[in-house]
Amino acid sequence: MAVAEQQPVATPPQTAEARVPTVIVDDVHIVYKVYGAGTGKGSATAALGRLLLRRGSPNVRRVHAVRGVSFTAYRGEAIGIIGSNGSGKSTILRAIAGLLPPESGRIYTDGQPSLLGVNAALMNDLTGSTNVLLGGLAMGMSQEEVRRRHQGIVDFSGINEKGDFISLPMRTYSSGMAARLRFSIAAAKNHDVLMIDEALATGDRAFQRRSEARIRELRKEAGTVFLVSHNNNSIRDTCDRVVWLEKGELLMDGPTDEVIKAYEKHTK
Amino acid sequence: MSTVSETTHNGAVAVGAPPAPTADDGLSPSQLAAKYGLTVSGARPGLAEYTRQLWGRRHFINEFAKARTAAQYTQARLGQLWQVMTPLLNAAVYYLIFGVLIGTRKGVDNFIAFLVTGIFIFTFTQSSVMSGVRAVAGNLGLIRALHFPRASMPIAFTLMQLQQLMMSMFVLIAIVLMTGEVPDASWLLIIPALITQWVFNTGLAMIVARLGSKMTDLAQLMPFMLRTWMYTSGVMYSIENLTSHAPHYVRILLDINPAAVYIDLARFALIDSVTSSQLPPHVWISAVAWAVLVGVGGYIYFWKAEEQYGRG
Repeated sequence: MAVAEQQPVATPPQTAEARVPTVIVDDVHIVYKVYGAGTGKGSATAALGRLLLRRGSPNVRRVHAVRGVSFTAYRGEAIGIIGSNGSGKSTILRAIAGLLPPESGRIYTDGQPSLLGVNAALMNDLTGSTNVLLGGLAMGMSQEEVRRRHQGIVDFSGINEKGDFISLPMRTYSSGMAARLRFSIAAAKNHDVLMIDEALATGDRAFQRRSEARIRELRKEAGTVFLVSHNNNSIRDTCDRVVWLEKGELLMDGPTDEVIKAYEKHTK
Repeated sequence: MSTVSETTHNGAVAVGAPPAPTADDGLSPSQLAAKYGLTVSGARPGLAEYTRQLWGRRHFINEFAKARTAAQYTQARLGQLWQVMTPLLNAAVYYLIFGVLIGTRKGVDNFIAFLVTGIFIFTFTQSSVMSGVRAVAGNLGLIRALHFPRASMPIAFTLMQLQQLMMSMFVLIAIVLMTGEVPDASWLLIIPALITQWVFNTGLAMIVARLGSKMTDLAQLMPFMLRTWMYTSGVMYSIENLTSHAPHYVRILLDINPAAVYIDLARFALIDSVTSSQLPPHVWISAVAWAVLVGVGGYIYFWKAEEQYGRG
C-alpha cells in the first residue's frame, strides 16, 4: 500500500474533540460508459463501417451512477453504506479507491484506500499459500513480516478447518473460501482506509464474527472502515455511522440506528 | 437528528447530528483536505517516488515471477520439463524447414548452432512482448484488489522470460557443444549481451503493456508483427550473406534492428566461426543504446498512465 511508504506522518495533536478527516467526497458525479449495450448491430461489417466512417459505437451508453454525493469520513469511524441494488454503493467505493475517475467533483483521501470487493480475484492458478505470500508482498510487507504472519492469516481465514486446503490452487476454492482468504490477506495489514464491499457476505457465521471483530480492531488502530452490506445486523454490529444511497443520491447520513430504522421503513 | 431529506440535485441533504463545532467547520472541502494533507484519490506519484515504491516491491516482483513460472505447467503431465522441451522442439522444427528443406544454410558454418542461437535469443524478446501485452490486461483482478506500482507486472513477466531463457541456455550450450564448438573466454560475452537484451525487453514489455491495457485488440495483432520482425532479424539466415548485393541503406537498416543486434552478439560469443569482422560496426554501442533508450523510455511511458490501469 502506498500508505506504508509514507513516513510516519506527524498526526495532528488529537484532542478529544478534534476529528481528523481521512476521506472527503466533494460533490462527486460518476458517469459510466457502458460498451456493448443497446441494440446496435454487433456484426463484423458493422464494426468495419464504424471504423471507416469514424463514428463512435452506437452501443456506448452513459449511465449516471452517482449524482452529487458529498460526505466526510473521519479517523476511527466505521461507516456502513446501504441502499438497494444499483444505488451506486460499489461505484462510490471504487471511486474512493481511485479505480474510477469522477466525472466532476473531487475525492481527497489520506494515503491509498484499499477496496475489498467480492470479485477482487487474486491469482486463481496459484495455491492459497502463494496468494498469501504474494498478497502480503504486494501490499508492501517485508518477506520476514509475511512469513511471521502467514499462519495467522491462514488461521483467520479458516481455510484449513476442513483439511489442508491452503496448499491447493485457489481455483479449487468455493466462492466463500476465496472471499474469506482475500479478506484475511487484506485485513492482515493496518489500513488507513479499508473499504469492504460485501466481501463478508459469503463467509459463514463464525468467519463473519471474526471479521467483525477485526474491523473493530482496525478502527481502534485509527483507521477508517467502510462497509457495504445488505445485512443490516452486520452493519449494526460494526458501524457507528451509516450513509444511505438511493439512485446515486445521498438520501441520509447519520447514526446507525436512525438511518437503518428509516431504511427499514422505506424498504418494507 | 437526521431526517430523510428532500433530495435535490445539487446534493443538499440533511446530515446527521454534527459533533461539537470545531475550528474546521468553516473550511471548504479542498481547504480541509489541504489542512490534513489529504491527496486527490488515484493521483500518480512522481517518477522518483514511483521508482522508490517499485524498489520496495522487488521481493514481490521476484516471488510473483517464481510462483507464475512454477504454476505455468501444472496442468501438463510432464510439468517443468516443458521449459526445456519447448525450445528444443522449436529448434527442431526450424532446422527441418530452414536447414533441410529450404537450405538457407548455404554459406553459414555450423548452421545448427547459428540457427538455434538465433531462435532462442529472438524467442526471449518475442515472449517478453507477448506476455507484456497481457501483463496489465490479464491481471486486472490483482490490480484492482491491491495497490502496488503497476510496473511490477511487466517487470515480473520479463523476469519470468529471463528465467525461461536460462533454461533454454542450458539446451543451447549443450547443442553448441555437440556441434563441435569449444568453450573459451569469449563465451562470457553472452552475459553482458543478455543483460542489455533483458533491459531492452523490459522496456518494450512496459510499452506494449500500456498499449495493451487500452487496446485489447493488440493481443490478436501482436503475433503477426512479431513474426514479421523475426523474419527480418536474420534468425534463420545470415544478413551478411543475403545483403551482399543489396543497397547500403538496407544493410544498415537490418543491422540496426535491435533483435538482430542481440542475436549477432550471442552468436559472436558462442560460435567460433562468427568473428568480430562479421559483426556490423558499433554493435556493442547499439546494444547498449537500444537498452537505455527503450528501457528508460518504456519505463517513463508506462509510468505516465499509472493511475489509469485497472480503471473502467
